[in-house]
Amino acid sequence: MATLNEIIAKICPAATVAEVDGAPMISVDDAHWHELAKALRHDANLEMDYLVTIAGFDHVESMGCVYYMMSTRHNTNLGVTVLATGDRERPVLHSVSDIWAVAGLYEREVYDFFGIIFLNNPDMRRLFLSIDWKGYPLRKDYDASPNINPVPRDNERQSDFTTKWTKDAEGNLVSEQVEVFAPDDFVVNIGPQHPATHGVLRFRTAVDGETIKKIDVYMGYIHRGIEKLNEQQTYAQSLPFLDRMDYFSALNYHHGVCMVYERAAGIEVPRRAQVIRVMMDELSRIASHCLFMGTFCMDLGATSMLFYTLRVREQILDILERTCGARMSFNYDCIGGVMQDLDANFQNDVKALLKVLPANIKEYKKVFVGNVIARNRMEGVGVLSREDAISYGVTGPSGRASGWACDVRKWRPYSIYSDLDFDEVVLTEGDSMARFKVRLAEIEQSARILEQLVDNIPEGDIQAKVPKVLKLPAGQWFQIVEGCRGVFGIHLESDGGTKPARLKYATPSMPAAGVVDHLTRGEKIADLITIGGSLDYIVPDMDR
Amino acid sequence: MYDLSVITDAIHSFLSGFMPAWLTVTVECVLIGVGLLLAYSLLALFYIYYERKFCAAIQCRLGPNRVGPWGLLQSFADMFKILIKELISLNHVDKFLFALAPYLVILASMLAFAVLPWGNGLQIIDFNIGIFFLLAVSSIGVLGILLAGWSSNNKFTLIGAMRSGAQMVSYELSIGLSVITMVCFAGTMNVGEIVAEQQDCWFIFKGHVPAIIAFVIYMIAGTAETNRGPFDLPEAESELTAGYHTEYSGIHFGFFYLAEYLNLFIVAGVASLLFFGGWMPLHIPGWTAFNHIMDFIPSVVWFIGKAIALSGIIIWFKWTFPRLRIDQVLAMEWKYLLPIGLFNLVLMTCVIVFGWHF
Repeated sequence: MATLNEIIAKICPAATVAEVDGAPMISVDDAHWHELAKALRHDANLEMDYLVTIAGFDHVESMGCVYYMMSTRHNTNLGVTVLATGDRERPVLHSVSDIWAVAGLYEREVYDFFGIIFLNNPDMRRLFLSIDWKGYPLRKDYDASPNINPVPRDNERQSDFTTKWTKDAEGNLVSEQVEVFAPDDFVVNIGPQHPATHGVLRFRTAVDGETIKKIDVYMGYIHRGIEKLNEQQTYAQSLPFLDRMDYFSALNYHHGVCMVYERAAGIEVPRRAQVIRVMMDELSRIASHCLFMGTFCMDLGATSMLFYTLRVREQILDILERTCGARMSFNYDCIGGVMQDLDANFQNDVKALLKVLPANIKEYKKVFVGNVIARNRMEGVGVLSREDAISYGVTGPSGRASGWACDVRKWRPYSIYSDLDFDEVVLTEGDSMARFKVRLAEIEQSARILEQLVDNIPEGDIQAKVPKVLKLPAGQWFQIVEGCRGVFGIHLESDGGTKPARLKYATPSMPAAGVVDHLTRGEKIADLITIGGSLDYIVPDMDR
Repeated sequence: MYDLSVITDAIHSFLSGFMPAWLTVTVECVLIGVGLLLAYSLLALFYIYYERKFCAAIQCRLGPNRVGPWGLLQSFADMFKILIKELISLNHVDKFLFALAPYLVILASMLAFAVLPWGNGLQIIDFNIGIFFLLAVSSIGVLGILLAGWSSNNKFTLIGAMRSGAQMVSYELSIGLSVITMVCFAGTMNVGEIVAEQQDCWFIFKGHVPAIIAFVIYMIAGTAETNRGPFDLPEAESELTAGYHTEYSGIHFGFFYLAEYLNLFIVAGVASLLFFGGWMPLHIPGWTAFNHIMDFIPSVVWFIGKAIALSGIIIWFKWTFPRLRIDQVLAMEWKYLLPIGLFNLVLMTCVIVFGWHF
C-alpha cells in the first residue's frame, strides 16, 4: 500500500486513508477526486480497473458517494468516500464515467435517488423513476406522501433529451440539453412489454433497416425501492426482499447478505449450516443456468429446448421445495444459519439429480450447441472484449466468457468454497456462444461441488445463537458473493441501531443491461435478442 | 383403381338432366366452392391438432387432452373462440387495406387448392399449365402479408412485412427452379399428366440424384415460403412480437393463422405431387401383386396421407431448429440454394437427354 500513500501524497495530501472492513478507505474531496480516480485506475501497482459499485449516502449534514473498486490483476480492493460540494438543493460531484464505462449508469442511479449531479456525465437523467418524480427517495428527509407523487392517471411524459452538466470558466453550473437520438432516426420501441426483454425492460432502438444504430435502455418499470424499504426494517426483515430481486439467485443473495450481518455481529456459523448453504447455492445455480438455456434458446426460436432444460430445473425445485417449503422465494438462509434442517430424503434426491445431469448436458450439447443454425446465430455475435467486460462491470458467466476470471468463489473464496475442488470456467471468445458454453460448463462444475458435499454433510446445529433483534455496531462493511449471474455486492452502513442506515445492493444485472448498447451497435435486430438473452439479466434484479 | 370421376360424372349427368347447361355449371361451381371451403376448414382444424400433438411429443408433453377424447375437440373449441372474438378497429390504420390483407392471404391458399390432385378424377381444374397456375396464385399471398404490415401503421409490422417480402420473393425462385426441374422430367405442366407419369414409379425414385436434390431444395424453400420456423422471421415472436399480424385480432388474425397451416398443406401437397406421385399409390415395377394391393387403398387417402407425412417433416423442422437471422436467410437462398438449383436443372436435363433415369 506504499504506492497508494505516494499517489495520495502527490495528488491530494489532504485525503485520509482509513482501514474499513479490512480494506483501505480513502476520503477525498471532490476537487481532487477525478484526478485520483485516474491515478487509481492507471497506476501499474494499483490498477483498480473494476468499479464494483457506487453507493450514495445521505448523512443529513453531508451527502456523497462511496466508490468500491477492485483490481483484477492484483486482487486487491479499496473504497473511496467522496463528499459532494454544494448545498442540499444541488449537490455536485465530478463524474468518473470516462474512466470506468459502468460508472455512467451507477451515477445516474445515485442522481435518481440522492439528487447528486455528476459533472461531465454525458447522460444525467433519472434511471428508475419517471422524469416528473418530485424529490429524491433515498435522502433522509424525503417525504413519501402520495400527495406529492400521486399514482399517474395518464401516460407518463417522456423526453427525447438528456442533460449534461458542466462548469463554466467562472465555476457556475451549466446544463446543456442533448438529444438522445439523431433527428431522422427510425426508433423502434422494444419493450417494456416484449417477449424478449425477460421482464419489463424497455429498449428504445434506433434502426437503419435491420441494423441497430443505438439503444437507449429504460429501467425502473419494476422498481420497488428495496434499498429504501431496508432502512425501515430490522436486519432480519430485510432478508425476504432478496427473494424478490434475482429470484433465481435468491439463495446465493441470502447467503451473501447473511454473511455481512454475521461478520458485523461476530457470529460464527456452524459448519453444517455452511455446507447446507453452499449446496443450496449450487443447486440454485444449476436451476438458474437451466432456465437461462431454455429461455435463451426459446428467444432464438428453438422452443423445444425449454422443456428439456425445465425438466432438470423442475427436479431441483422439487428438492428445494422439500427442504425450504417453497419453489421460489425460499427465504431459507437466515442470520446465523439456515431456517430448517434438511429434508430426510435430501441426499438421495441430490444423488438422483446428479445421476441424470450428465445425460441431460450431453443432450443439450447435441440438440443446440452442435446445431448449425444455432452456431451461426451465436458465434461471433456480440463480442465483448476482456477490457470492456471489466470496464462495463459485466461479471459472472458473461464476464468469464470474455476471458475475465471473475468467479468470486475462486477470486475471493468465502464460506467453505476454498475447501472444495472445482474449476473456474473461463473462455476467451467473448461472443454469445461462449456465454452459453460457460453456463453449460458451470452446471458440470456445480455438480462436482454437490458430489463432494452430498455425502459429507456434517452433523451439528443448523443455526448459531442469534439475538431475536439483531443490533450491529456502527461501521461499514462490504462483501461480494457469486450470484448465478455474477458479482453481487453488499454495502452495509450501520449507525449502531437495529436497522441498517444504508444497505446498498450491487447487482450483476444492471451492468449487463448497461452493456447492451455497446454490444449491439451495428448488429441486426435479431442479434439484440441473442445478445440480450446471452447476457442473462433479470429485470427485478437491476431495478430492485 | 377406383376412378372417382365416376361420382363427379354421375352428379353432372343428374344435374344436366333437368337443368340448362349454364345453370348446371353454376350449381356445380357452388357445390365445389362449398366442398372446398369445408375441406379447407376441416384440414385447418386437423392441422392445428396435428401440430400441437406433434410438438408435444417432441417436447415430452401430452398436448391437448382435455376437450373431447384425446383432446380432439380442442381445435374446434379454439375455432369457435376465435370466431366470437372482437375485431378491434384501430384508429391510425389504412382501414381498407387493413381489412383486405387477410382475405388476400387466404385467397392465395384457396386458389392453390384448386389444382391439387386430390384423388383419381377428383381435381377441380386440370389444365395444361396447372403447375404454372399454382406458382402464380401462391405468390399472391406475399402481397397480403406486405399489405398487412404496411397498413397496420406499426413499426414491428413494417419490419415483419419487409422481412417477409425479401424472404418470400427470394425463396420463390428456388421453389420455381425445383418445380421446373421436375416439370422437365415429367415433360408436362399438366397436374393430371404429372401424376399419370408416376404410374409405374414415383419421381423421387425414378429421377434419382437430381430429383432428390430438387426435393431437398423444395422442402427448404417450401418451409421458407410458409413462413414457418426456422424461417419464421416475418413473425418472429421474440423479436417482433408477432411481426406483420401484430395488430390483427379475432378472425382476421385467424385467417393468417389458418393460411399458414393451409400453406403448409399446399407445400406438402405439391411436394407429394412432384416427387411422390400425388394420389398415385406406391408402385414398384415388377411387383404386380404388391401394386394390386396398394391400389385398394383409396387415392384420396394416398394424397392426403402423403401430404400429412411430408408436412410432418416441416413441423419437425420448426420444433427442432432455432430461427435464422435475416441476412443468413437471404445468404442461404442466393448463395447456396439458387446456384445448386440452377446446377440441378442442368443435371436433370443431362439425365433426361442421356436417359440415365430409371
